[in-house]
Amino acid sequence: MKEIISSITQDYLYRLIKDGKRIDGRDMLEHRDLDIQVGWIGPAEGSARVKLGDTEVIVGIKMDEGEPFPDTPDKGVIITSAELIPMASPKYESGPPGEDATEVARVVDRGIREAGVVDTSKLCIVEGEKVWMIFIDIHVLNFDGNLIDASGIGAMAALMDAVVPASEFQDDAEDYDLPIEHIVIPTTFTKIKDTIMLDSGLEEEKIANARLTVSTNEDGDIVAMQKGLSGTFEYEDTLKCVELSQEIGESLRQKVIDIVEKGKV
Amino acid sequence: MSDNKDMELIDENGKRLDGREFDELRDIKIEAGILKRADGSAYIEWGKNKVMAAVYGPREMHPRHAQEPSKAVVRARYNMAAFSVPDRKRPGPDRRSVEISKIISEALEEVVFVEMFPRAVIDIFIEVLEASAGTRCAGLTVASVALADAGIPMSNMIASCAAGKIDGHVVLDLGKNEDNFGEADVPVGVVPNTDKITLLQMDGNLTKEEYEEAMELAIDACDEIYEIQRDALKVRYSTTLEDQTETDEEIEKIQEEA
Repeated sequence: MKEIISSITQDYLYRLIKDGKRIDGRDMLEHRDLDIQVGWIGPAEGSARVKLGDTEVIVGIKMDEGEPFPDTPDKGVIITSAELIPMASPKYESGPPGEDATEVARVVDRGIREAGVVDTSKLCIVEGEKVWMIFIDIHVLNFDGNLIDASGIGAMAALMDAVVPASEFQDDAEDYDLPIEHIVIPTTFTKIKDTIMLDSGLEEEKIANARLTVSTNEDGDIVAMQKGLSGTFEYEDTLKCVELSQEIGESLRQKVIDIVEKGKV
Repeated sequence: MSDNKDMELIDENGKRLDGREFDELRDIKIEAGILKRADGSAYIEWGKNKVMAAVYGPREMHPRHAQEPSKAVVRARYNMAAFSVPDRKRPGPDRRSVEISKIISEALEEVVFVEMFPRAVIDIFIEVLEASAGTRCAGLTVASVALADAGIPMSNMIASCAAGKIDGHVVLDLGKNEDNFGEADVPVGVVPNTDKITLLQMDGNLTKEEYEEAMELAIDACDEIYEIQRDALKVRYSTTLEDQTETDEEIEKIQEEA
């Protein structure tokens, strides 16, 4: 369902942006406070509760034995889903995932899959028959803009927190940490008129013309991108976003690492 | 992108599997106005891809709660036929097609004068009949022609093309194996003759420099594709004019004889 914004708020936002300001006093390229808590969900193999300002997301990792895909018989399987549950916003309705939920899940999934975040070749149990399936489930609790970054960071932290429950399934096996090879961080920019800003809040997102997500790994390589909304980005703008994403991703990545390490002890 | 690196994608002569240069598009053919019932339609053959698009509208939006009080909704539906790929695709929308439908709708809305038709919907049905990498770009390109064929007021068309990376080289318009075994894929939609990007996705692994190279290839190719789009419309409507003159002449002849 369509988000609605009052024209007073809209004009106020436009006026602020013209003066280079934002509704919550942030700089254009400053993200909201990021708070991550890992291991919060007992029954999950890994979990993370992420607050990005007032946007709040829980990501849970569940693992199970299953059949591999025929074209990758020796590799584990990753399945990412997102649910925009009605408690998160008056605009969300129950029922099967709509296109917004699908987009969030697929953009997060693309970053994790394409970067080779999880070494799936270490998740083979019996080649062609049995491999580990990793289910990444994104649950949005409070929607206040920029779901992609909150969900992407949450999924990354939850994977880093995850332990493969081998002892539950096999008699002589021991549990082990999920083999994480890379740490991918998504950064989402929105364009309002001609201004580009990072991590837009709900009100900003409502008036945004275009959105661009860039996910980078620790080498600064781009691993996934997604443009959204009906407006356009100039080609030069996309280059600027890539550079900024490399920079901002670096500091966010360190933060995720620190928090997960602290949480694991 | 698969990480199967066994597949050689570039031969010793620096040519691609299908003999193309790095910056060469596959053959593209577009025909406008192919379906009688639709308000506008078009067909594209892009390498081994065969994609059709039909436009209905502007017409009343159902469900009504999806109406927009100040503009028309541009609603594209990308659908792959069950027989379009080697392993039968289960019919109906899946997550991939839901996402592609969303980004194509958004990419097209940019050029349609949606303010002219409040509360209406412009439906665009994109059917992939044969798929061989690059169907979303083919779909967006052919949908633009179908919109123009339907006479929908637009500021421009959208041309779309992908670039990517195979065997460490940045190349244009990935083919099937290049898509499956390559290292990166960047589908781009452009407002022709501008630098305005209306569709952009990327998966795989690229440095910033490779990204620049890929984008420049794709943007240039979009101008080329735009010419093909325009030609398709010219052919469609100039033949109609010729037919008209022929008819006129015949009528004149009959009148003279009488």
